Amino acid sequence: MSRFVDIKLRVNGEDVSATVPSRLNLVDFLRNDLCLTGSHVGCEHGVCGACTVIVDGDSVRGCLMLAAQANRADITTIEGLADNGQSDALQAAFTNRNALQCGFCTPGMLASALGYIDGGGTADRDAIRKHISGNYCRCTGYQSIVDAICDVIEEART
Amino acid sequence: MTGPAHIFDKPNRYIGKSSPRADAARLLQGRGKFVDDVTLPRMVHAAFLRSPFAHATITAIDTAEAKDAPGVIAIYTGHDLTDHVTPYVGVLTHLKGLRSAPQHPLAVDVARWQGEPVVMVIATSRALAEDACELVEVDYEELPAVVDTETALDADTPVIHPEFGNNLAWERDVVAGDIDAAFAASGVQVIDREFRFGRHTGVTLESRGTLCDFDPSENELTVYYSGQAPHMMQVIFATHLDLPEENVRVISNDVGGSFGIKIHTYGDEIATAAAAKLLKRPVKFIADRFESFVTDIHARDHVIKARIGVTNDGDIVGIDLDDLTGVGPFSMYPRTSAIECNQILNLTGAPYNLDNYRAKGRVVFQNKTLMCQYRGVGHPIAMAVADGLLDDAARAIGMDPVAVRHLNLMADDSYPRASATGMKLDDLSHQKALTKLTDIMDYKGLREKQTEDRKNGIYRGIGFVSMVEVTNPSPMFYGVGGASIASQDGATVRLDAGGALHVASSITEQGQGTNAILAQIAAGVFGVALNRVKVTTGDTKTTPYGGGTWASRGAGIGGEAMLQAAQALKDQVLAVAAVMLQTSADKLDIQDGAVTDPDGTLRLPLADLARTVYYRGNELPNDLNPELIATRHYRVTDFPFVFTNGAMAAHVEVDTATGFIKVLHFWAVEDCGRVINPLLVDEQIRGGVVQGIGGALYEECQYSEDGQMLNATMADYMVPMASEMPDITVAHIETPTKTSVLGAKGAGEAGTGGAPAAILNAVNDALSPLNASIWQMPMTPERVLNAIDAAK
Ligand code: FES
Ligand code: FES
Repeated sequence: MSRFVDIKLRVNGEDVSATVPSRLNLVDFLRNDLCLTGSHVGCEHGVCGACTVIVDGDSVRGCLMLAAQANRADITTIEGLADNGQSDALQAAFTNRNALQCGFCTPGMLASALGYIDGGGTADRDAIRKHISGNYCRCTGYQSIVDAICDVIEEART
Repeated sequence: MTGPAHIFDKPNRYIGKSSPRADAARLLQGRGKFVDDVTLPRMVHAAFLRSPFAHATITAIDTAEAKDAPGVIAIYTGHDLTDHVTPYVGVLTHLKGLRSAPQHPLAVDVARWQGEPVVMVIATSRALAEDACELVEVDYEELPAVVDTETALDADTPVIHPEFGNNLAWERDVVAGDIDAAFAASGVQVIDREFRFGRHTGVTLESRGTLCDFDPSENELTVYYSGQAPHMMQVIFATHLDLPEENVRVISNDVGGSFGIKIHTYGDEIATAAAAKLLKRPVKFIADRFESFVTDIHARDHVIKARIGVTNDGDIVGIDLDDLTGVGPFSMYPRTSAIECNQILNLTGAPYNLDNYRAKGRVVFQNKTLMCQYRGVGHPIAMAVADGLLDDAARAIGMDPVAVRHLNLMADDSYPRASATGMKLDDLSHQKALTKLTDIMDYKGLREKQTEDRKNGIYRGIGFVSMVEVTNPSPMFYGVGGASIASQDGATVRLDAGGALHVASSITEQGQGTNAILAQIAAGVFGVALNRVKVTTGDTKTTPYGGGTWASRGAGIGGEAMLQAAQALKDQVLAVAAVMLQTSADKLDIQDGAVTDPDGTLRLPLADLARTVYYRGNELPNDLNPELIATRHYRVTDFPFVFTNGAMAAHVEVDTATGFIKVLHFWAVEDCGRVINPLLVDEQIRGGVVQGIGGALYEECQYSEDGQMLNATMADYMVPMASEMPDITVAHIETPTKTSVLGAKGAGEAGTGGAPAAILNAVNDALSPLNASIWQMPMTPERVLNAIDAAK
């Protein structure tokens, strides 16, 4: 039977404290306990990237991290990125390029794309493809996603 | 059929425009509503204990300890549900001779594939339900598993359903002309190949899941369903759970990919609904990835021996094929598991002038996951066989693959006509599509470069496919065979008091942009701005009755219904406006949200008209009965389905030392009739191509000899990743179908249907200097190396 752990963290700019089972992973905690259902679960073993969230500035797979490990962390989910405006440019570019279909991969894809852009990534299609290879998309052909990320980088330069 | 042509080129002309989807923002902000995002009061969770064996007798189940585990509400075995769920059988009368055994949601006495649900545990959380599953003791006696399709019919192979006497589910023979005589004629070369297509599956990023809620006070079941055909599922739940159809409501909110995976009857979902009914509270089940791999339908799994005969000038004289496919232990309910084989028999060689054709298909039972209709259904195989043989023949007689296609493809002015197998064809453009393809790809330039590269030991190849795609199915697809699957769709358009439109349709959204194109059609045909149309889909309670979105039917059938409904409402509104403005309706139009003169001069804003009708009816003559809502339904009548065509090409490089294949570029020219939204169609085609490349190069459900799936994780089953995929150039020919005013045909499956053939041909073109060739998919590095070795 699982033991419980007390955690305190910041999620999307709000303080959260909770008592969580030690086996609970971060994405389940965000989805089920905090009702932040924008983060998705595609594989639960770190492959698909649908659960990607931002933890202390890094993009992290929410299914590979325990909620208990997020004690004192500062976490931003797709909902937070929308609220604080950080994903505005990507949202516009993804919309214009139709870089999503079902949208299930999209929250993780945006978090990874943001990591690439904020890390100084250039509009090099191969580099972008490499960077987002940890995010599976089963609907688009990826091309529109690459286009959208390029657009954001190029617009920021001009 | 004719219609007001000006709907395609007037103000508010949205049909044909690349408008971004209005619902993208919701998904981009994390506000989607997928099944697992919905939480209901008193909701509990289901977890399943599944058979670890491919074939086993269940001798005992002990749930005593599990029942006492924390959080456990109830535990059900197969026998526990037999009084509550009637079994189902996946047969259709028009697939003559197809047989399958009754299926139960949980295995009863015998488990017939690894992953078949055996015991369902309901608990207050999924984690606790899984904990309790570990405490359930099931005793199995393992039975020999039928795994290999090629020995499934042998006399000494165990029979999965003893009552049938053997493992044959269905067979069919198609004969046209005299293939033996055609092949024996002088000057005819016959090429003979054996093709192997591995099993793969859809891997929707959102796994299957269901949330079922039962309200005993109304005897009503509400199912939150991640899928494509809400009305079909309504009938299935009602029939097998003994509920009146009208007491079952099926709601599809956001669906995280479906591709044909989520349109079937899955035991775990039916059992979840039964649990909700028995417990009188909401029960949720979300498949984890392992469960998805071993229970989501698989597809392909064909061994095809095929021959083509060509004259020395390159004329095809005929195709002869024998298809053997394994579909798991049952035919899937209700669409059956014989359709893919049937499509292969019907479609192979369909783009070409062909007088002689013979095809044999055999569908066999085996102890593996069930096989059924996944995106492209039969097309990737039919196209790879015909076009693979054609390119092989072209090489044998020293002819260019483009020239051999132009010689044999049906002429664009030869329609209406039939294919060799009797399929009715119209409005196709094979020749034009191929010409456009070779133009946009600079075929000549690529060939010159290829010759140069070969001198430097670089093995690049160019491969083509000319294809047809079955879209817009009529009742001849399922309904005729007794399935409760609608082939017509309905659309309702309502003018609200504020002058906006509220529209509803029975087709569904899985990300293709269904809601977006419905809004475009309604706005354009009726005459309001796009942002003044609200769309409802995916709810049996609030939308018209219809089939949903599958077999590339949404835009063509649901779109036409919307066009007709919008036109009908426009006529009704103009009749009211004519009275209010004391003129005749034919002197009025609706543009930009207002009743206008034909030249666009404003006469009456729609909001004023609607408010008068809704709030101040006293101002209207008593004999005027305004109807500001219209509903229309549409089905395809003159054809079993509407074919589309396309031409595609792949450019690949094969590393002959490692066997790795790099796809350098891909081109697709598609004729899906009238294009409603190029932005959406293009990405649909690209996504389809990428799934096709996945099937050609990477994706395979690997099984051990005793029927265990060996790679049932996302880390081991390879789906295409961004870095491996090429850029894909898409272009269109638009030959609208004459079966509707809208003229739209389907587009969603073209890429998946065509890409594998183009990739196969490109790889074999690359390997041709080594005299090597490969005829097995996926074309893994190991298989490529084996092919090269075999040629040495
Ligand atoms: S759910 Fe975390 S990587 Fe797939
Ligand atoms: S849009 Fe469906 S998985 Fe990416």
